[in-house]
Amino acid sequence: MTRKVLVLGETRDGSLRNVSFEAIAAAKTVAEGGEVVAVLIGENVSALGAELIQYGADRVVVVEDEKLKQYTSDGFAQSLLAVIEKEIPEGLILGHTSLGKDLSPRIAAKLASGLISDATSVEVAGGNVVFTRPIYSGKAFEKKIVTDGLIFATVRPNNIAPLEKDESRAGEVASLSVEIKDLRAIIKEVVRKASEGVDLSEAKVVISGGRGVKSADGFEPLKELAKVLGGAVGASRGACDADYCDYSLQIGQTGKVVTPDLYIACGISGAIQHLAGMSNSKVIVAINKDPEANIFKVADYGIVGDLFEVVPLLTEEFKKLKVHS
Amino acid sequence: MNIYVLLKRTFDTEEKITISGGKINEDGAEFIINPYDEYAVEEAIQVRDANGGEVTVISVGTEESEKQLRTALAMGADKAVLINTEDDVENGDQFTTSKIIAEYLKDKAADLIIGGNVAIDGGSGQVAPRVAELLNIPYVTTITKLQIDGTTVTVTRDVEGDSEVIETSLPLLVTAQQGLNEPRYPSLPGIMKAKKKPLDELELDDLDLEEDDVEAKTKTIEIYLPPKKEAGKVLSGELTDQVKELVQLLHTEAKVV
Repeated sequence: MTRKVLVLGETRDGSLRNVSFEAIAAAKTVAEGGEVVAVLIGENVSALGAELIQYGADRVVVVEDEKLKQYTSDGFAQSLLAVIEKEIPEGLILGHTSLGKDLSPRIAAKLASGLISDATSVEVAGGNVVFTRPIYSGKAFEKKIVTDGLIFATVRPNNIAPLEKDESRAGEVASLSVEIKDLRAIIKEVVRKASEGVDLSEAKVVISGGRGVKSADGFEPLKELAKVLGGAVGASRGACDADYCDYSLQIGQTGKVVTPDLYIACGISGAIQHLAGMSNSKVIVAINKDPEANIFKVADYGIVGDLFEVVPLLTEEFKKLKVHS
Repeated sequence: MNIYVLLKRTFDTEEKITISGGKINEDGAEFIINPYDEYAVEEAIQVRDANGGEVTVISVGTEESEKQLRTALAMGADKAVLINTEDDVENGDQFTTSKIIAEYLKDKAADLIIGGNVAIDGGSGQVAPRVAELLNIPYVTTITKLQIDGTTVTVTRDVEGDSEVIETSLPLLVTAQQGLNEPRYPSLPGIMKAKKKPLDELELDDLDLEEDDVEAKTKTIEIYLPPKKEAGKVLSGELTDQVKELVQLLHTEAKVV
């Protein structure tokens, strides 16, 4: 059965986020040969439409308004609902990002539909579209289907491979005019803290520090290493509770769940709550003074040693590697 | 101020997860208030203490959730409501739960509704924003600060590590992110008092809902545990050699850099 599937193209600092290309790939699976229509919402975003088509969307619907410059639940919900009303899709896919998490439940409530959040894979099996998603912060997984109405899901960044970019693909980019009515919550100010580097949930490499970093300054060598690898810095609850860093960096059962290609745990003992947040990373490296530390049980590679010695050496080695390759 | 808290009973974060008969095995497991909902309870108490009013904690579940509701009362909430769905709902989803909560809240004239931003078991984070939409009130998710001045509300919201300062108004629903506050432990007098505080129990019938009205839109067809990780390779030798070896392994064997 072919389906028409909508995908929200999410932007950040004027470019499309990778998760949107991943969402298109998921939408292709759900569509089973049907049309994939990407939706762009914002101010001056229509130029990004071509790239969504290159990554597999068949056409793009753009809703532009100066009131949509920043994400608000009211403005984006009004826009997306207007597109849904016009297109009448059978599927809808968003990224499981801050925006997707905020917006998708509202759309689902408005449409009285189901919603499968935070999917890490999607397949068609036995005539059903089956989504896999972590539960208990990755301590277990469930396979889930929609039994009634719209097939609506959000996909976790970094898990579903995007389609290869095809610059020869072309398609229609059309705008839809939507009257944005009163916004009940207004953004007064945005304070940038995390975004000096790479976003933690989308990062391919995460360098994470625990109590072993000993102080806020102790994170400096980790930041250096992250910079060389183009990664993001994370932390365990222990490091956050000790005030070495902001809670927004916390990885674990409370905090963020990350699945990068490479996770380097520095001075982290490996409490079960922390493992829940990172153990599904593709490759895990543990650096810890204590050879008995729990983190070594989930690590692919381990070095028993002082992180303040090991991390700077690693940074130097990776720098050499980057020069050679 | 009329404040409601949405609370869920969840597995303790210390618990290992096992499966029996295709379901998560709950035998002998410890249960707690979902940690993000604890921030919600704490925030509600602080808002009430500053502005006056009443805090009602509500939970959809079975009678086993009474324990977590009593804990919230012991922390300082005034009333608790358990919507017991044990006899009526076998496999509910977020559509189910939000519909039940919204039906309960629709004539309560809530000024402020606070929930956790996500439950650590199901992890969907859907119920609270769905409730706001069903009640047609604004909401702000993952908040780390809440200031109320009359009906004007200023909220700081965590957005993937950045902060947004948002101005909105009551009635409002917010969901708590870590860092919002430091939840208190119930005091002994608090625990004694909690025993006498009202804890009402309702069923779908009391909300004029039929089972069909809340039938789930999604279905879990399989639950499984992730494959066990093989023990990894702990390197040995001189530290500088170990580091060189590690970089080579990551480059040539694991191919992640």
